[in-house]
Amino acid sequence: MPSPVDRRPNPEELLRRVQDTERRERRGRLKVFLGYAPRVGKSFRMFDEGRRRKERGQDVVVGALQSEVTPDIAEILARLDVVPSIRTNHAGRTFEVIDLAALFRRHPQVCLIDGLAYDNPPGSRNPQRWQDVSELLDRGMAVITAVNLQHIREQQDEVERITSRRAANSIPQEFLNDADEIEVVDAPPDALLDRTGHKSMPDPRQLAELRELALLLAADVVDRQLQEYLDSHGVAARWGAQERILVCLTPRSNAEAMLQSGRRNKLRFHGALLAAYVEQPDLRPKDREKLDAHLALARELGAEVHQLQGADFVQAILDFAQEQRITQLFLGHTGRPRRLWFGRNPIDRLIDGAEGFDVRLFPHERLQ
Amino acid sequence: MTPAAKGRLKIYLGYAAGVGKTFRMLEEAQEIKQKGVDLVIGYFEPHGRKETIAKTEGFEIIPRRILSYAGSDFEEMDTDAILKRKPAIALVDEFAHTNVPGSERVKRWQDVHVLQEAGIDVVTTMNVQHLESLNDQVFHATGIRVRETVPDWVVDEADELVFVDLTPRALRNRLDRGVVYGPEKARHAMENFFTETNLTALREMALRHTAHEVEEKLGTTGDDAASPSAGAQTVPPPTGRSDRILICLTGRPSSAILIRRGKRVADYLHADCLAIHVGENTFDREAVERHMSFARNLRIETHVIEGRDVARLLTDFARTQRITQIFMGRSLPRPWWKRFRESIPQQVVRQARDMQITIVAERRR
Repeated sequence: MPSPVDRRPNPEELLRRVQDTERRERRGRLKVFLGYAPRVGKSFRMFDEGRRRKERGQDVVVGALQSEVTPDIAEILARLDVVPSIRTNHAGRTFEVIDLAALFRRHPQVCLIDGLAYDNPPGSRNPQRWQDVSELLDRGMAVITAVNLQHIREQQDEVERITSRRAANSIPQEFLNDADEIEVVDAPPDALLDRTGHKSMPDPRQLAELRELALLLAADVVDRQLQEYLDSHGVAARWGAQERILVCLTPRSNAEAMLQSGRRNKLRFHGALLAAYVEQPDLRPKDREKLDAHLALARELGAEVHQLQGADFVQAILDFAQEQRITQLFLGHTGRPRRLWFGRNPIDRLIDGAEGFDVRLFPHERLQ
Repeated sequence: MTPAAKGRLKIYLGYAAGVGKTFRMLEEAQEIKQKGVDLVIGYFEPHGRKETIAKTEGFEIIPRRILSYAGSDFEEMDTDAILKRKPAIALVDEFAHTNVPGSERVKRWQDVHVLQEAGIDVVTTMNVQHLESLNDQVFHATGIRVRETVPDWVVDEADELVFVDLTPRALRNRLDRGVVYGPEKARHAMENFFTETNLTALREMALRHTAHEVEEKLGTTGDDAASPSAGAQTVPPPTGRSDRILICLTGRPSSAILIRRGKRVADYLHADCLAIHVGENTFDREAVERHMSFARNLRIETHVIEGRDVARLLTDFARTQRITQIFMGRSLPRPWWKRFRESIPQQVVRQARDMQITIVAERRR
């Protein structure tokens, strides 16, 4: 196994890491159970973990429940300490608010908090429950909590597209990204329908779409955390489970075909689409114009566009591909013999240097 | 009498030993059994895990059969006995298992197919690293070359796939507490395969694969707009003819990577997938045939063309087959006096200007 590539971070990066590490060391650990729809059983899994931890000798306390408690959860609750939430009425609505003061005093090792996305009534210490959870974490308590996909703010447009409904209360995805652990609670949609027979449940197709969305969200969070871990340990980013497509643009390339294919692959693989060009001095105005049009199209098709610097076109692309963990690289070629194929031309060098990614060659459109 | 309808298949998918696949399978089986369904354990792998073993209580277990091989006795699932017993549902642990030589069938998934053919529903377990198409990716991420693989189509055909999650940290804690393996094996496992980065990479693969299977079941073939994370798109999805992918095989070992990669891309793009070998050399015929049969096992249509001008024959074949994308391996390093001539990929790139050529890199560590 070759040794990992050493990457030297700059001073600001180092400082940020140190501060981040210090903050994390003081903070309690956060674990989130993520479900794709109500009743997949995420609350049960959360309380069950609390029960097991208590059996292993940890000091576990329940800090918040949902309004409805199923019999299997009630059975577990009987064996756990509960710090009851405070019930208040506001403008005709009943709110359950975590009793932060009591939890601060009790200061357990682990707090179980259900219904992470609940709102607090106006005038509370924090407007939302997830902010209460942040305070518990800041004081060194570990928190295990549970949330459903439809309550994650950045996912709500997509959930609404699928179900035509939108939950009023939400948490920022940043909170999830920052969690030390997230665990997915998966179950096939028909099991869910069996279990509930609920009228308000989305239909099986919608459930399947929500399920896919939750799995992909978890995969993205996991991917980000893996890269952060590798980064913080000075290991160069490495080829991951996600397909990442890089389209290399030049003035002459058949950008339309390349970008459309790239976009198709991005959608089908749920991957990332990037486009890059290597800045060249003395570009003729006509070529500049063409390149700009390609870049505009790339942006329109949702590609993340990067400008690369470097005297050596091939090396610039190879370095960027490595850094960005590219798995598929799209490149144009004229396909003309001699001029291109004599000796080691750029495309050959790129193919030879392609470590861990495929190179897909697109013929330029024929010059008329 | 009409033949029984084919049994359904449900797979609990995990990303490593010890995440709780079997436990979860047994837990849900208990619920089903309580409803009065005739359910038996066809094969169960206890791994000495107490909590899991406790879950088998109350289930009827079909005894294993004992096979002798190379002077030792091996226990395998007794498929015939399960067929004779004919339950409504059979639980079968470890879908990716390879049977001991001398068994009727090479792989356990083939035994499961026999049960399904007899109208028995099967619930089974497997880990994501056993999927054929992920073999190179798993090797790249973990340094482990998994030998027991299951062709993707076998998993695609399952009626249900459920992802069993556990965070890598929780799994490592479990190992630490000796829940998964004995102390000696656990320490070794944590230092090697069960590292935080390996587990995280495998978990991500399992999440993505389950998401992919869910999407496939939604039947969004050729309909990108319906894919959930397509987001609010202002640009219509690309239309036009569907892809046809051709994989060029040789006798070189890297052809296996080429096959897996080409097939994986074809599956995700809902493209047809063909494989071809062009050549006249006979010295590596055996290796070529091995790759051909590997490709066929993955349900890839294979062709062989004899002849000298590889690039020309390949391009002509691709054209008559309306191929849109050719997958090839990198050409081998050549001595300098040959570098003035084009390599085969170079020739193909120049000749097949109406197609795209994908040069697949070997996935190394």
